[in-house]
Amino acid sequence: MSAIVEPAKPGTAGRSRAWKAFALALPALILLVAVVGYPLLMIVLRSLSEPHWGVQNYSWFFSTPVNLVVLKRTFAISAWVTVVCVACAYPYAYLMTAVGPKVRLVMVLCVLIPFWVSGVVRTLSWVILLQDSGVINSVLKWAGIGTVRLIRTQTGVVIGMAQVLLPFMILPLYSVMKGIDLRLMRAAQSLGARPIRAFFTVYLPLSLPGVYAGAIIVFILALGFYITPALLGGPRSTMLSTLVQNQVLSLLQWGRGGAMGVVLLLATFLLLALAAPAMRQKHKEGARH
Amino acid sequence: MTTKASNRGAAIEIRSITKTYGDFRALDDVSLHVEPGEFMTLLGPSGSGKTTTLNVVAGFTDLTSGTLLVGGKNVVGVPAHKRNIGVVFQHYALFPHMTVGRNVAYPLTLRGVGKAEREARVLRALDMVKMRDFAHRYPSELSGGQQQRVALARAIVFDPPVLLMDEPLGALDKKLREWLQLEIKRIHRELGTTFIYVTHDQEEALVLSDRIAVFNRGRIEQVGTGRELYDEPSTLFVGRFIGDSTVLRGGARSDGTGTALKIADETVTTPRRLSGDVTPVMLLRPEKLSIRRPGQPAAGQNRLSGRIAEAIYLGSGSKYEVALGDGSLAIVRSSLTDESFKIGEQVDLWFDGADAKLLADDASAETTLT
Amino acid sequence: MEMKPLTRAVLGLICLLVGIWLVAPTIVVAPMSFNGVKSLAFPPRGFSWQWYENFVTSPDWSSSFFNSLKIACLVAILATVLGTLAAFGLDRMRARPANLIRMLLLTPMVVPGVVLAIGIYAVYLDARLVGTLTGFVLAHTILALPFVLIAVSANLEVFDKRLETAAASLGAGALTTFRTVTLPLIAPGMLSGLLFAFATSFDEIIVSLFITNPYLRTLPVQIFASITRDADPTVAAVGTILLCVTTVLIGGGMLLLGRERRGRS
Repeated sequence: MSAIVEPAKPGTAGRSRAWKAFALALPALILLVAVVGYPLLMIVLRSLSEPHWGVQNYSWFFSTPVNLVVLKRTFAISAWVTVVCVACAYPYAYLMTAVGPKVRLVMVLCVLIPFWVSGVVRTLSWVILLQDSGVINSVLKWAGIGTVRLIRTQTGVVIGMAQVLLPFMILPLYSVMKGIDLRLMRAAQSLGARPIRAFFTVYLPLSLPGVYAGAIIVFILALGFYITPALLGGPRSTMLSTLVQNQVLSLLQWGRGGAMGVVLLLATFLLLALAAPAMRQKHKEGARH
Repeated sequence: MTTKASNRGAAIEIRSITKTYGDFRALDDVSLHVEPGEFMTLLGPSGSGKTTTLNVVAGFTDLTSGTLLVGGKNVVGVPAHKRNIGVVFQHYALFPHMTVGRNVAYPLTLRGVGKAEREARVLRALDMVKMRDFAHRYPSELSGGQQQRVALARAIVFDPPVLLMDEPLGALDKKLREWLQLEIKRIHRELGTTFIYVTHDQEEALVLSDRIAVFNRGRIEQVGTGRELYDEPSTLFVGRFIGDSTVLRGGARSDGTGTALKIADETVTTPRRLSGDVTPVMLLRPEKLSIRRPGQPAAGQNRLSGRIAEAIYLGSGSKYEVALGDGSLAIVRSSLTDESFKIGEQVDLWFDGADAKLLADDASAETTLT
Repeated sequence: MEMKPLTRAVLGLICLLVGIWLVAPTIVVAPMSFNGVKSLAFPPRGFSWQWYENFVTSPDWSSSFFNSLKIACLVAILATVLGTLAAFGLDRMRARPANLIRMLLLTPMVVPGVVLAIGIYAVYLDARLVGTLTGFVLAHTILALPFVLIAVSANLEVFDKRLETAAASLGAGALTTFRTVTLPLIAPGMLSGLLFAFATSFDEIIVSLFITNPYLRTLPVQIFASITRDADPTVAAVGTILLCVTTVLIGGGMLLLGRERRGRS
């Protein structure tokens, strides 16, 4: 996303130009500080100061078993969602590169259509689909398989979340796969590789940057999910976001809720920081000594 | 470890193969025999079927009909990875996520060659293409010529009896191309492998090949050595495609003694005749034409007058394009010791009728070449 | 690489299932919206328009709809103006500070929704912005701004600055240059940013849930409340209406775009 920027000219003219440029971005920055920076700072401060100064809220968070269970579950659900997304997006994105333009258009539409309906309505759709008297169970009953409990289970939450996040996996994967030179597969076969071997030694390694990029986005977005687990999940599939909301709105425990929020925020940024160099390195692999 | 000299090339027998895509005939009854260890070039304009033929031999493309024998064995239906044929691609096709060393080791790893032997053979192959010092680099760090040499090493490291090359030098500049041509020739000599080389560049074909198969519109027009194709083209297309040539078209009259063509208001004759219901044209190589000022003594049996349209100084001599009376262009080469002519000057061209090739006219020879 | 027929068939089947999985939630609401009884159980029983009537006549639903429309329009304008200015500023700055600021402006996309929501809620409580139009517009604008920034920046990256110089050399003043050369060239980016900003605001739920009050509710908040309270098919009717509106808008846009392209070539 780096912009192509002319080097600013030295001297006062260049400096005044740079200030003018900065002034253009200033309104957005002020709004950012007011509506994102300052509120987040407040949360951090309140997590350290309520009811009195110290790290009591954090030690409470990490010493209460139920919090740790939810923390672990949040990561586990996010991991499952990521795995499901990779498993479904990989063949899907691959087929997108292998079909003709008309079929590809249909496939792209299928990926984009979920964005056409509002997020809350979509979650409602999943309630309709997954509930005990829902579409899936009606079909299963009709087929004589019997019913499965899906609503208010972790499985239901994973199915709903993965559907919301799948486009974020398919699109980066497709853009990487589109760039893979299929002549390399021919080359591998001429050198004696069976198609399956050629796939694992050539195609898969070349598509991994797309998998990494998509997986990181999906995992990070999954960590912060709130609506889907709240509507599709039950008490045994509560995620961290719900816990934060509960502490703040129901119990008015700003300190504890804030501490949880800060933990979630730090986990997100930590993952981003860890992933950023890994992703950059993948791109540069060819130029490494 | 076996020595390279024991690695003999395999014969390739292509018997009336046809490949159609819907209504389009990419290959139309093509037959070709390649001797073991021979350097065979498939030459032709783009879309003439030469690359399709290569893909058929490599196993990338299925046949519609016909037989293909490699080393005496029928390989129709055998998948590419079981054919043991080396292929060098125009765009190198090096694996970008592997070092040069791992690229070259790849076919050996697939064949379960042990580590020590693998390393020795990788180094030997890299030595052969003079890329030994680059084993730890990634392909993106190499120039085009270097990448193509690595691709060559990777294609020969597993000692395939046949090596296929699809316009391997097409993306490189002229100097590098000429140097690599000599390298490829040397490697062919050292390995004794059968080479099939695809190119659209006739000069490259003449430099490299033992024999050349000239492709046009899905068929082979002629197979022969470079000299045979130049001196005795069997079709107008081959004559036009290989080397410079002048084509004379005009009202033709044949009798017992030969054929006469009327170009503008001049008549030229040759003692040759064509049988059958075809329109004869004359094909003349530039060195068979002499250029004189009007009024100078005759330098052959036939005379055509024209005007210099273009004069190109070549160092070793000059090349002239002469506009003839009917508007067509003749190409003449003169040596340094001859007189020089200016653009616009009126000249006479002289040639012996016996030096003119008489061929059947073929409109496609012009359309596919220009 | 030519795939074997079996590989292709298996792959095709997997992708068909994934495609159904992606699309199913979008189409399943429509049949429920004509339910004859007040239930979201499948299959729907009977047929009626009552849930559409309810949406139009019930003050809860219609006022939340108009609130969302008002907020989204304001957000679209504000975010497009601020985002375009910022994109211009960053485009003219040195790479390093520009990248830093760009990263900062994009953070609202990755900050977990609830964390941001409690932060904004805390600040709004002090500033008396809870349940106000200003509060909604400010919060939604910062969430929508990244989309405008990305869209306009992408446009500026391929924009040839020499065109501006050329216009200036032809005697155009700074403002004229901007109006006649720069603006038309980045208009597509601004337009797509505007649409994204509108959609982001119209769809925003998490922050809205925290800063809402009984006097100012947006449509997603109303939908959420309805889903958690009872099985009211009015939600399905709303979903179906929204789906139809988006489909018509996108379809119309594609047709217009196609016609324009054909007209140009």
